Amino acid sequence: MNPAVLIASVYVFALAAFLGYQVISRVPPLLHTPLMSATNAISGISLIGSLVLAGAAHYPLFAHILGFVAVTTATINVVGGFGITDRMLKMFGNRKAQTKEVTK
Amino acid sequence: MNVATYFMEATYLIASILFVLALKGMSHPETARRGMFLAEGGMFAAIVGTLVGQHIVTWVWIIAGLMLGSIIGAWMAIWVPMTAMPQRTALSHAFGALAAALVGVGEFLVHARDMSVVTRGALGFEVILGSLTTTGSLIAAGKLQGVIYGKPVQFKGQNFVNLAIFLAMAGCFGYFWIYPEASAVFYSMLGIAFVFGVMLVIPIGSADMPVVMSLLNSYAGLAAAATGFVLGNNVLIIAGTLDGFSGFILSVLMCKAMNRSITNVLFGGFGAVVAEATVNVGGVMREISMDDAAMQLAFANRVVFVPGYGLATAQAQHAVRELAELLEARGVTVKYAIHPVAGRMPGHMNVLLAEANVPYSALYEMEQINPEFPSTDVAVVIGANDVVNPDARDNPTSLIAGMPILEVDRAKSVIVLKRGQGRGFSGLENPLFFKACTSMLYGDAKASLGHLAQAVQHV
Repeated sequence: MNPAVLIASVYVFALAAFLGYQVISRVPPLLHTPLMSATNAISGISLIGSLVLAGAAHYPLFAHILGFVAVTTATINVVGGFGITDRMLKMFGNRKAQTKEVTK
Repeated sequence: MNVATYFMEATYLIASILFVLALKGMSHPETARRGMFLAEGGMFAAIVGTLVGQHIVTWVWIIAGLMLGSIIGAWMAIWVPMTAMPQRTALSHAFGALAAALVGVGEFLVHARDMSVVTRGALGFEVILGSLTTTGSLIAAGKLQGVIYGKPVQFKGQNFVNLAIFLAMAGCFGYFWIYPEASAVFYSMLGIAFVFGVMLVIPIGSADMPVVMSLLNSYAGLAAAATGFVLGNNVLIIAGTLDGFSGFILSVLMCKAMNRSITNVLFGGFGAVVAEATVNVGGVMREISMDDAAMQLAFANRVVFVPGYGLATAQAQHAVRELAELLEARGVTVKYAIHPVAGRMPGHMNVLLAEANVPYSALYEMEQINPEFPSTDVAVVIGANDVVNPDARDNPTSLIAGMPILEVDRAKSVIVLKRGQGRGFSGLENPLFFKACTSMLYGDAKASLGHLAQAVQHV
């Protein structure tokens, strides 16, 4: 990694940290559990590193196997994480409509 | 750079933007779900971009991994009950961190010799954070699921042993940093990090799990960010950092909610020594009959339910909602007071109540509801103890002194639903139970709430 790339990466890291702080402090405690499972699903982005390991050219077989395991666990994270976040948010989402029906 | 690479980089940029927008959507329940669709789109774009742009030649492992992961992931998403959400999240942290650690090992296998000093440093962080989060999260999940004994595991000189392990790990890291060919050292570092993860979590009790969960969430994110540094990949850095900071913010919030520092949670082993230090307040607990309790509730103007983890263990979420609906039908204003650490992970209680169809507009945070207790006729405490213990506010010598509480003792009357006369999780005596305005209703929360509902109907 040359210095220019490193510096750019550090910039990205610092700005993402700042942005993350700003955005996430606005999430109400009501949604902290979905928030955690959502960020968890998002960090399943390490899947893209795993894909390279599992399938790129000129890699030894052992790397492919490690990659396979990594792809599997990262995919569990992504699919399971988004799936369950959606399931939770669905419970929060329809509330307004339902309460109105009940009060009617 | 050819077209495919440009395409890949474009998808990464789009994914990064969509991830941020998704988290922004999380600021309100109405927009949160739409936000998640954006994040899913971003993830899909990044995966497609990678497959197009990265010169993939061997597809077998990729397809097998994607399919196996999707099946297990979908199974988890559909079948895991909401009460098991903390375990699932912990398990998920373990999976994410393991993926990061394995990518690190793979990078070491392939590129160890031609890595720059900076990349090696990032690789070290990635592998250490990844592996300690993996085992730590597995232990946390085991404790939450009850597979592993939930009480803190402590022994003499524990912090010393942990320090030794940490130094050994740091030493291996330093050595590898200077001599990248030393693969034995690299794998030792990996192994020690796995052990360190176990050691970090075993001394922590179940009640402190919200903090640990948040912290592990943070580590898992930072491991992904370190992967980004190793691979020179910005979307990994951005997504990992967002996750890392989210976990960090949540751990700080959880610590504040318990008035404890992170170091105290990690190294204090709360709950192990406390049992001896309890003071007996004296006085009598007044028991109340089902009918009297129902009468109080039915003729109240304002009722606040205070659910604790006991509500979840008794599976009484639906019972409490049914009782609340009956009361509302009689014109009673019903609210729910949610303490930040009510449950086993941040926000857990909200999810459990939402699942039982409690409208989220009735769920109130501690700061919102506390000023309302003096004008509350009846506060109903269900399976909560320490979070309503007035000692935290009034008694500076108490072990939980300074912990923010739900001030139910300011309500005109309090009904406490409790399984028996025993003490709460921390083993502390709760003076609330001895107050003149407090009456106790013993029994299983679910059964009691059911009976209360019947009694209210007959009032």
